[in-house]
Amino acid sequence: MGKRKKIVERVTTLMDKPDKIRNIGIVAHIDHGKTTLSDNLLGGAGMISMDLAGRQLFMDFDPLEQARGITIDAANVSMVHEVDGKEYLINMIDTPGHVDFGGDVTRAMRAVDGAIVVVDAVEGAMPQTETVLRQALREGVRPVLFVNKVDRMINELKVEKKDMAVRLGKVIDNVNKLIRGMNEEKYKAGWKVDAANGTVAFGSALYNWAISVPQMKKTGIGFDQVFEHCRDGKMKELAEKVPLYIAVNDMVVKFLPSPIEAQKERVKVIWNGDWGSSVGKAMASCDPNGPVAFMITKVKVDPHAGEVATGRLFSGTLERGMELHVSGIADTNRIQQTGIVMGAERVEVDRVPAGNIAAVTGLRDAIVGSTVSTESGMTPFEVIKHVSEPVMTVAVEAKNMRDLPKLVEVLRQVGKEDPTLQITINEETGEHLMAGMGELHLEIVAFRIQRDKGVEIKTSPPIVVYRESINGRAGPVEGKSPNHHNRFYIEFEPLEPGVVEALREGKINMKMEELERRKILLDGGMDKDEARNIAGVFGTNMLLNMTKGIQYLRETMELILEGFEEALRNGPISREPVQGVKARLVDVKLHEDAVHRGPAQVIPAVRQAVQAGVLMADPTLLEPFQNVYIQVPQDQMGGAMSEIQGRRGAILSMDTEGDMIIIKSKMPVSQMFGFSGAIRSATEGRALWSTEFAGFESLPTNLLLETVKQIRTRKGLKPEMPKPSDYLKA
Amino acid sequence: MLIFIGLGLYDERDVSVKGLQAIKDADVICAEFYTSRLMGADQAKLEEFYGRKIRVLHREEVEVDPAWLEEARSKDVAFLVGGDPMVSTTHLDLRLRACEIGIQTRVIHSASIVTAVSGLTGLQNYRFGRSTTIPFPYTARGKRIIPETPYLVLKQNMERNLHTMLFLDIQNQRYMTVNEGSELLLEMAQCAGEDILDRQIAVGIARAGSIDACVRADLLPRLKDWNFGSPLHIMVVPAKLHFMEARALVALAGAPAEIVADAVD
Ligand SMILES: Nc1nc2c(ncn2[C@@H]2O[C@H](COP(=O)(O)OP(=O)(O)OP(=O)(O)O)[C@@H](O)[C@H]2O)c(=O)[nH]1
Ligand SMILES: [Mg+2]
Repeated sequence: MGKRKKIVERVTTLMDKPDKIRNIGIVAHIDHGKTTLSDNLLGGAGMISMDLAGRQLFMDFDPLEQARGITIDAANVSMVHEVDGKEYLINMIDTPGHVDFGGDVTRAMRAVDGAIVVVDAVEGAMPQTETVLRQALREGVRPVLFVNKVDRMINELKVEKKDMAVRLGKVIDNVNKLIRGMNEEKYKAGWKVDAANGTVAFGSALYNWAISVPQMKKTGIGFDQVFEHCRDGKMKELAEKVPLYIAVNDMVVKFLPSPIEAQKERVKVIWNGDWGSSVGKAMASCDPNGPVAFMITKVKVDPHAGEVATGRLFSGTLERGMELHVSGIADTNRIQQTGIVMGAERVEVDRVPAGNIAAVTGLRDAIVGSTVSTESGMTPFEVIKHVSEPVMTVAVEAKNMRDLPKLVEVLRQVGKEDPTLQITINEETGEHLMAGMGELHLEIVAFRIQRDKGVEIKTSPPIVVYRESINGRAGPVEGKSPNHHNRFYIEFEPLEPGVVEALREGKINMKMEELERRKILLDGGMDKDEARNIAGVFGTNMLLNMTKGIQYLRETMELILEGFEEALRNGPISREPVQGVKARLVDVKLHEDAVHRGPAQVIPAVRQAVQAGVLMADPTLLEPFQNVYIQVPQDQMGGAMSEIQGRRGAILSMDTEGDMIIIKSKMPVSQMFGFSGAIRSATEGRALWSTEFAGFESLPTNLLLETVKQIRTRKGLKPEMPKPSDYLKA
Repeated sequence: MLIFIGLGLYDERDVSVKGLQAIKDADVICAEFYTSRLMGADQAKLEEFYGRKIRVLHREEVEVDPAWLEEARSKDVAFLVGGDPMVSTTHLDLRLRACEIGIQTRVIHSASIVTAVSGLTGLQNYRFGRSTTIPFPYTARGKRIIPETPYLVLKQNMERNLHTMLFLDIQNQRYMTVNEGSELLLEMAQCAGEDILDRQIAVGIARAGSIDACVRADLLPRLKDWNFGSPLHIMVVPAKLHFMEARALVALAGAPAEIVADAVD
């Protein structure tokens, strides 16, 4: 404990010296060795025993992670490293690699300024490598590269000494291709990773050694010696001569920016407020005396302390007792405890100054993505946009009737902790829905509800989530209020794909400057006249107000939008969410007196018009797709191909690398059940594969009616596809 | 035939003799009490006095699906409403629907709150502009919304130097009071960033047509706190006053003389 206390003391001393801080994330494709690498850094900082580093997997502290051998949650740790005689505070986040937990990577990238991208030397850059790199660059986070598992390259792949440099060079080239493709400007400005300048290191996280060009110059140990040590099984010796943490720290401290350096640039990427304002300036300069600007990236319910909100503090200083404003909430919240995170534990400290990652309690209204500030009107940070959408859902029920109320509470909690999880509570039937990123995601959440929250539950087998949309035009459709005194005329058509894309990326909202919004809409392909008349946005749907000079419309608009949203939240085809619909309000007739056009009149009138309109505009169901990447030896290719084709899959590309074939394909999620076992037996277990979310696409017409029927039956609705007249009351 | 019969202002005895006879003679008797209510009589009391059973219709049955209307093809159906029929747009809608399907209609009038307000306050009938209703505020998409129409109508009338009659919302068993109405008007003005109502005289009326009707004129902000007693309530925001009207407000509505003096044209 004494040792521990000393570490905390050193950490707190360094917290006030932002030029000595590095906030970093470890990101990679699944299994490329992030957590193993993290162990090395923890060992180097004296937080765990160096003998266990690489096998303890300190950051996978949940027994579930250890049991399954994968990281599920991003985990934070603060540690002190000495580099060239100076002490540095490294706040590190180890992130998961499995696609189902990709949301944790997205959120972690908001908290850090630099990332160590780990790539397995044998597998090379994989689909998730690309995804995590894209997220880092989008957040203005600078990457350095760690090529891991070099021992395997030598001992398993039997790569010759002379071929090593070429092979490793190829890995680096591929990563650079990705960086360049994503952000050419940064690439040219020095974000290209380059072995020669020291932004790349090579090593083995499992055996605790690594080299880099600058380190080679110091130690005299290069590829040749590495090769020989590996071949001769002298890993331990190598680890003593060139410990991994030294090469990596060197890279982190020299090339990844301190908060002072990073925030100047990042503030412009993640915050759309007035850069000349006092908060803007304080953030750009990482000023501990400025207003508090705290971005919440994680919320966890602690059985003792309540809700713990973790995030990045861009300016100001957090202290106990402070009253802070949470974006979108009227009341202030008072900070109860301030702390830093050490893996599984939270350590209380008196104060946390700007540039650090802090964990605080007392912010009961904060959710992931909240902006917390001393200023009441601070412009919130840009929303954290997750790359994947929920594609699968399970129904959850309490095993014991008496747990019913508790289950609702617990579901709300897990929904708050995990923003990629979508919870639908149905108090009437007691059957609640949990939609998530995939089978594993839902399985883990369900397991934890039982283990950590103490509620026994039953879950249904997972079902695929659909979307409703339209292919054609319809209207004007007339919606009449129940009292007949109000009428709404609405036209429907598919929203421009460019606009849908911008909405999905969170680039458009109703709070932003109108001119800026108009520009994005025009770029997305929307007509000038329409872009000027946005009444509201709901998901990837838009309502345009194309009417002119209608009296009392302004005070009625919120009700119109509510009707619009109600119709689209549970679509008319099968009560799945609607996307990509553009609704144009072209005429409105309102009653003279306000009581005759209240909620009970306007909402149903608009809702029914939208429901009927969607059904008149060539309605369709969209199903989620996944990209599936398969690496398979040439002689096993046939088995893999027939697995893809048998599942309505499409081959996107096929490349040969040595005697391996790399197949990129795309498949409906509904066809992915049981894929894991099937591909194993089809290829004698020789296929390596991974998936990622690939968006929603139209269901083939021949499957539409049958699928609608299935969904409707499951939901207890009458099985036939509804007709517009079912929604339009006479 | 569909016969619209006004029941008048307050209780079972406000119906006209002609109306009463028509009720007694009708084959079927329906009523709706959601647009207006007789506060001095419940259904049982009405039935006892008229000597007939009454079928009270819901909003749905009047506006959306009036299946009962079919009976009026072959029988005399009395349709009872509070006040005078046709003041509510809903009644006109119903009458037009009946006409369109070939059913004959007839209206038997009765006292309306519109004329009673003039009578009780002394504000002259020909000086009223458009009337409007103050609805209860509601929540839509997480926001509390106070429709601003009443305030806009009020302002337009004021510009033309016309009085404004403000009906107060009725929802289920909730009746808006003059106090709530005044409060809401002031809130609307505040939203518009205007203070024209702060020194504006207004009149609140409660239980028109009953023997303990209450009429009170004062500055609008003060009406907020005046106890008017049980429903129904209605209010008027007058324009500049004619000297006769001024005298009437002092004599009939207890208006403080100095305030009235300020409001005289
Ligand atoms: N041979 C060898 N194996 C390694 C090396 N680094 C990691 N591994 C092994 O690779 C597997 C995955 O390592 P992890 O560190 O859990 O990988 P990860 O990237 O954290 O995995 P996720 O968090 O689940 O994405 C483990 O079995 C490690 O022992 C290495 O340098 N050499
Ligand atoms: Mg891991």
